[in-house]
Amino acid sequence: MQKEEAMAKVLEIIGPFSKNQEAIKAAAPSTRILEDLGVNSARLVDIILAFEDEFSIEVDDAAADKIRTLGDAVDMIVQKTGK
Amino acid sequence: MPNTRVVITGMGVVASNALGLPAYEAALREGLSGIRYYDKLKDLKFGCQVGGIPQGIEELKKTYFSEDRLLAMNSSMLYAGIAGLDCWRDAGFSDPQENDSIDWDTGAIIGTGIGGADTMCEIVAPQVTAGNVRRLGSSMVEQTMASSVSALVGGLLGLGGQVTTNSSACSTGTEAVINAYYHIKEGRSLRMLAGGAEGSSHFIWGCFDSMRVLGRGFNDRPEQASRPMSASTGGFIPGSGSGILMLESLESALSRGAKIYAEVRGGHINSGGQRGKGSMTSPNPVGVQRCIKDAMESAGVQPSDIDVINGHLTGTMADPLEFENWSAALGCSADQFPLINSTKSMIGHALGAAGGLECVASVLQVSHGFVHGSINCEDLHPSLVPYHKSIVQKTIDHETRLLAKASFGFGDVNACVFFQKWTR
Repeated sequence: MQKEEAMAKVLEIIGPFSKNQEAIKAAAPSTRILEDLGVNSARLVDIILAFEDEFSIEVDDAAADKIRTLGDAVDMIVQKTGK
Repeated sequence: MPNTRVVITGMGVVASNALGLPAYEAALREGLSGIRYYDKLKDLKFGCQVGGIPQGIEELKKTYFSEDRLLAMNSSMLYAGIAGLDCWRDAGFSDPQENDSIDWDTGAIIGTGIGGADTMCEIVAPQVTAGNVRRLGSSMVEQTMASSVSALVGGLLGLGGQVTTNSSACSTGTEAVINAYYHIKEGRSLRMLAGGAEGSSHFIWGCFDSMRVLGRGFNDRPEQASRPMSASTGGFIPGSGSGILMLESLESALSRGAKIYAEVRGGHINSGGQRGKGSMTSPNPVGVQRCIKDAMESAGVQPSDIDVINGHLTGTMADPLEFENWSAALGCSADQFPLINSTKSMIGHALGAAGGLECVASVLQVSHGFVHGSINCEDLHPSLVPYHKSIVQKTIDHETRLLAKASFGFGDVNACVFFQKWTR
């Protein structure tokens, strides 16, 4: 999967969890999911589950814990789907 | 106890026969039933295939809550959230923003009888049983904890006082109002949102159906199914929704120029101890009568002061017993009995929300000068025929000075509160 396509789908998934819709519109790979998008940290669990369903991947706790920015999420998804 | 007077300055309601205060008042006046037939209950082999579920919530919820909030809200939370926000607005407050300062002077006691059974039964139990704990996601606790309804409202409004959920089965909502009354009277807060919420779940209703306490004889005539005080009732009809009231110290209400619906004159909560004729599922008459008498004492009122009783009156065999208890507690004969009605005749028995929904109905009646009719009791229960002049079947205009609202619940628990017409 290409980064652009992954980014679009990541934003689609995270969008409803974000309290800052302006930041969603201006999203970039460096955008931080909790601090910039205002996502409740508890909801990261739901976002990871949605990634697993959307991209047919498995994300273990160690991989999930490394995700801080949208770019981290996109890189992880591209790496796991890229074969 | 400080001499603080407590008044009602706002109300919100989500009922099976109406959404919002104006529609609720109109429905009560018109005798509009919110009871409907549900195919699902038939498919699941319920004896009672009718119930009271608020209509139009799916559309309405998007105008009340953000997308991220809706991801973690089950039916009881939706009802409590809508009723809580409506109550807040009705009390004259503007919509809180996420970053607003906290209102340290307001708290909430919003009860529930069963809690998030829909979430527990439809998501948690099947996923955990299937070994899919990991797939439950983050919001199961906040939707299944008993305090989910009060926690939601507290967060929506930024409340900084005590935010808690009480639970005492079918007396829950009325108990919440009485607890909030004493909370303000003791000076612990200026304002309290109080009431109850109960979700719509066949998992809840199935437990009552199995006890054979739900009405089964009117599945083909749902609007006639809830029949408190009638000879032909076969049990209560399950309901759901939320009713929430803003209780406020008179001083606070006057200082901010709030409109005042009615005064909470006093109330009492007790238990019959599950002794004598009382049990887990039956009221001890000694406890009920004592609760009414102690409520009168706390309110400083005499039996002759009571114009109207908004009964618990569910449509079970306990209806005649309720009349006996009132007669004994008030020391009055059938022809001296106050006017009496049952809001459940229109909305069914909303369990933990019943007291909240019925306190809202009570305050509307006191404030706006009417007594709503109890529908579906044309054929009065033989034991209640002597009281026929007191049982209001068609809505009447009536200037009520003092209304008694009582609720009774499993666990042999009782709650009785008095609402008085507001005068300075």
